[in-house]
Amino acid sequence: MSAHELGAAIRSGELSSAAVTEAHLDRIAEVDGNVNAFLHVDRDAAMEQARAVDTRLAAGEDLGPLAGVPIAHKDLFTTTDMPTTAASRILEGWQPPYDATVSQRLRDAGLVILGKTNMDEFAMGSSTENSAYGVSRNPWDLSRVPGGSSGGSSAAVSAFEAPLATGTDTGGSIRQPAAVCGLVGAKPTYGGSSRYGVIAFASSLDTPGPFGRTVLDTALLHEAFSGHDPRDSTSIDAPVPPVVDAATRADVAGMRIGVVTELDGEGYQPGVMQRFRESVALLESLGATVVNVSCPSFETALSAYYLIAPSECSSNLARFDAMRYGLRVADDGDHGTEDVMSLTRAEGFGPEVKRRIMLGTYALSSGYYDAYYGSAQQVRTLIKRDFEAAFGDVDVLVSPTTPTTAFPLGERAEDPMAMYLADLCTIPTNLAGNAALSVPCGLAPEDGLPVGLQVMAPALADDRTYRVGAAVEAALGQNNGGALLTRDAVAV
Amino acid sequence: MTAITRDEVAHLARLSRLALPEHELDQLASQLDVIISSVAKVQEAATDDVPPSSHALPLTNVYRADEARPGLTPDQALSGAPAVEDQRFRVPQILGEEE
Repeated sequence: MSAHELGAAIRSGELSSAAVTEAHLDRIAEVDGNVNAFLHVDRDAAMEQARAVDTRLAAGEDLGPLAGVPIAHKDLFTTTDMPTTAASRILEGWQPPYDATVSQRLRDAGLVILGKTNMDEFAMGSSTENSAYGVSRNPWDLSRVPGGSSGGSSAAVSAFEAPLATGTDTGGSIRQPAAVCGLVGAKPTYGGSSRYGVIAFASSLDTPGPFGRTVLDTALLHEAFSGHDPRDSTSIDAPVPPVVDAATRADVAGMRIGVVTELDGEGYQPGVMQRFRESVALLESLGATVVNVSCPSFETALSAYYLIAPSECSSNLARFDAMRYGLRVADDGDHGTEDVMSLTRAEGFGPEVKRRIMLGTYALSSGYYDAYYGSAQQVRTLIKRDFEAAFGDVDVLVSPTTPTTAFPLGERAEDPMAMYLADLCTIPTNLAGNAALSVPCGLAPEDGLPVGLQVMAPALADDRTYRVGAAVEAALGQNNGGALLTRDAVAV
Repeated sequence: MTAITRDEVAHLARLSRLALPEHELDQLASQLDVIISSVAKVQEAATDDVPPSSHALPLTNVYRADEARPGLTPDQALSGAPAVEDQRFRVPQILGEEE
């Protein structure tokens, strides 16, 4: 059942939230030993929340369409009733004194928190191999990565351990894991979802967003936590785009769709390109006009991102100083404050986090600032201009979400640049702050693994991405005689 | 572009407050070098007439009314501290004995 159907069944009294929650907890107990999607699960607390929602619903409270439906949160969202670690040793066991706005809003809407999901440490990575607490595995093939950094969330939803999950997308960390796990994942417009209580990686890029197995589920979750938050100074004070309405329309007749020529080239897996081209042809057959659009600056986006994101991370992670929370080592009376800080940070941060802090410190240091950080900020302007020009001509842009399907665990672990290429198609959207969505568009013939179609729209036009996503989902579902997610319903 | 030296990496590690062992410094020197040379093409893409964008959105400062409102209690604020003394964060010694 989809989250939408579960919500309806719970509201009508056909199912109780307690029964639905228990079924998911049982599934976690059954398969998470293989998948390792979760860092923290509290069975008793989840059951207590579920029973409380059942009581509120029985009393006639209107809690919205997802009331009683379980959810898993990426371990980057602060939660007052369970630890939040960002998958780092430096925050091991930390219990936040406040809830993230996203966590709080979903609690208020009656969603039941199953637990916290694994991720790349501080959201840095594309494979969930950088977690301090062990890798997560792709339920489609346990020898492969579930994507990253929100890989625990994508693995949990595709393994049916949770109907919905939250993630964050700084350079593609929702869309890429959604694509390689056969899910729908959205990066809302920057500022459309609150960053309050989301442990910061790169503040000008970080965007909380939803994972679901269907476009409608994803839209319902998107709508449930989005909207202006006075506690986040970058939050946009505008109505939430009508994403749920768009997800139920599934109509692209008359839309103008642009294929980004720069994201349509060499180095892509043949099966990924095949499914992508079929999706474009499908959209055309549904009445959309397809044109080629050139965005020349996209070719420099990856480079700009890997200067801007580490620069912001080196600044944001300065707060982990061993003084007010988290790990502290070498506090033995022989070491002064600065030594304790340096020794704690060296022990508490993993290799990728150290690499990015060092890279950011380098890019921001005197003598290199203009050449690297300054130039990267200029490239960001060029990318925004490319998008503006493109959206003057088309309603949405499309590309493959990732250049390849899920890659084997360990394959890129020792080669940072190879790993960074996983985000090639998703990064331009983050630099420009636009909306984007990844929707499954079939399985690659050569390995039978899921392929994602990326749909990009202007800021605050998130609904357009859902409209296109829903049309692709409906048409492919019809062609295939059912929902796309399968390989025996993603056995583990 | 000159290669990143090990001494430079040691300096960056000090600036970043990361006490890295020798072998990690060596490893990072070569990795940073590869990454920096891969991303250096941003310099060719941007010409002088392009203004930098620090953000995706045209943001202005956001202010709230200057009103007192409840924050975390001392117990909440100290709840994650590595060491606490007399309702304060206890930190390692900052000044040496001779200072």
